[in-house]
Amino acid sequence: MSAPHHIPATEAIIACEGLSKHFGGIRAFTDVAFQARRGEVTAVIGDNGAGKSTLIRSLVGVHQPDAGNLFFDGRARPFANPDEARKAGIETVHQNLALIDELTVAQNLFLNREIVRRIGPFAFLDRKAMKREARSMLSRLSINVPSINQRVRRLSGGQRQAISICRAVGSGAKLVVMDEPTAALGVQETANVEALIRRLREQSVSVILVSHNFDQVRRLSDQIWVMRAGKMAATVRASETSGNELVALVTGAA
Amino acid sequence: MSTPADNAPAAHSAGAEESRPSLAALLLDPSFWADWASVVGLVGLVIVFGIAQPVFLSVANLQALLLAAAILVVLSIGQTFVIATSGIDLSLAAAVMLGAIILGLVNAAGYGIFIACVLAVLATSAVGFLNGLIITAGKIPDFVVTLGTLSGITGLGLILSGGEPTMVGSTFLLRLASGSFGPFGYPVWVAIAAVIVAHIALYHTRFGVHLLATGGQAESAGALGIRTDRVKIAAYTVSGFCAGIAAILLVARIGSAEPQINTSLLLNSVAAVVLGGVSLFGGRASILGPAIGALMLTALVNGLTLLNVSAFYQPLAVGAIVVLAALIMRYQK
Repeated sequence: MSAPHHIPATEAIIACEGLSKHFGGIRAFTDVAFQARRGEVTAVIGDNGAGKSTLIRSLVGVHQPDAGNLFFDGRARPFANPDEARKAGIETVHQNLALIDELTVAQNLFLNREIVRRIGPFAFLDRKAMKREARSMLSRLSINVPSINQRVRRLSGGQRQAISICRAVGSGAKLVVMDEPTAALGVQETANVEALIRRLREQSVSVILVSHNFDQVRRLSDQIWVMRAGKMAATVRASETSGNELVALVTGAA
Repeated sequence: MSTPADNAPAAHSAGAEESRPSLAALLLDPSFWADWASVVGLVGLVIVFGIAQPVFLSVANLQALLLAAAILVVLSIGQTFVIATSGIDLSLAAAVMLGAIILGLVNAAGYGIFIACVLAVLATSAVGFLNGLIITAGKIPDFVVTLGTLSGITGLGLILSGGEPTMVGSTFLLRLASGSFGPFGYPVWVAIAAVIVAHIALYHTRFGVHLLATGGQAESAGALGIRTDRVKIAAYTVSGFCAGIAAILLVARIGSAEPQINTSLLLNSVAAVVLGGVSLFGGRASILGPAIGALMLTALVNGLTLLNVSAFYQPLAVGAIVVLAALIMRYQK
């Protein structure tokens, strides 16, 4: 079992050390050191209950860690809430809490960061600019939707996930966090979302990917972190590991 | 496994082909009829009443119809903002009564009509604000809270007025009620202005988008940093504000402040919103739709009156039309 090796702070977009989180008497995770490099896809894997989702939520301000230090973009940054994390440049792609069905693709892409034109004391939506920007955001990531004026309700699960990811990336986020981005998708849609994540990697977007799927993380990520029973058990380069090794690390058989 | 070519993410995705559906497809789509129920209904009524009773189409009658519709249009706009957040404001007509009584009492106390009007609008806006505050802070269903305030402010109105109507003899209100500019009376212009302002607020401001997002999926909107509680409170305050404007128009129209609730105003405001294609589940709204819905309901009453149909049949007709509209809406999903 390899101990987490340290990456120089300038290379890490986010890092933590000694991080612990307890809910009452239940330990979610203890003394966790974790880092994600700039411009890489960093995967976090582990069994159900290993603590990976809680760890990720503690990184982005949803939970407050009980102990330990968190560094984001070279500075010590504990986030009091998800809004603070978002303002600092961390966008989280939620599994279900993502899009507003009754709004259009363009409206969803710019929700709560609408482009406005000011006329005196009033601010009016610049819908043309938002539509233009929306088109270029989608084409930059080669996301295919029938129309940006379409209500999201009519899109497929994969298209919706793609739009959520596009929104996260398009906000100029320094780090995009995805929690099980393909958990609810079919085979073809999973392939589409994976292709999208691969394009993010080509464009050097920093991504943290939480997944159950060992094959998927080997295909998509650069670095893989393995959690087991509330501890960071190991970290390996994706290119230097095998599916069997990952299974062994996750189950503790290694 | 997937290769980039498999997913052929279509280079033309950003292309210009955002085709609009053809007219025939549009006419076969039930959601088209649901969205345009109020327009279709209004045109239908105008044709039927125009044939049955030509007086209906006379300029004088149409002007009277618009004048009669002004109050309902303003109230429907307020109700639209609330229903867009997937709420409902049952206290709307009671707020109109409270606004009217405050207007009457302040004016009778000699403070001048402008101060009276301003205080009336402030009071009804405060009622709306309170509704929103209790609903969001207390996490209580909208209809329970507004049912409570409906009863509460009815009582407050009765206590303040002693159950007696107050005459409001104001030349300003008299001119507001009877004067006209161009083809329309002033109340019609007030309603038109309200429609324009509300339309801009709904479609061209961040508030409008956040309102629809809150009504559509409050949880998702909250996850994106939209303060959904504030949006809801704002929607109820808008509703209260509209009730205040309606109170001024009402006092101007009847010349006195009556401690009486016009329940048909409440029911018709909801009816107009439903006819206007606004989803009762929130997230989907327009201003023009409910405004035309209000016109349609007024046209219905006006036409039935011209045809000498007893006033007792009017609620029946309104009810039938609203249920019919709701049935059409059902096929939208």
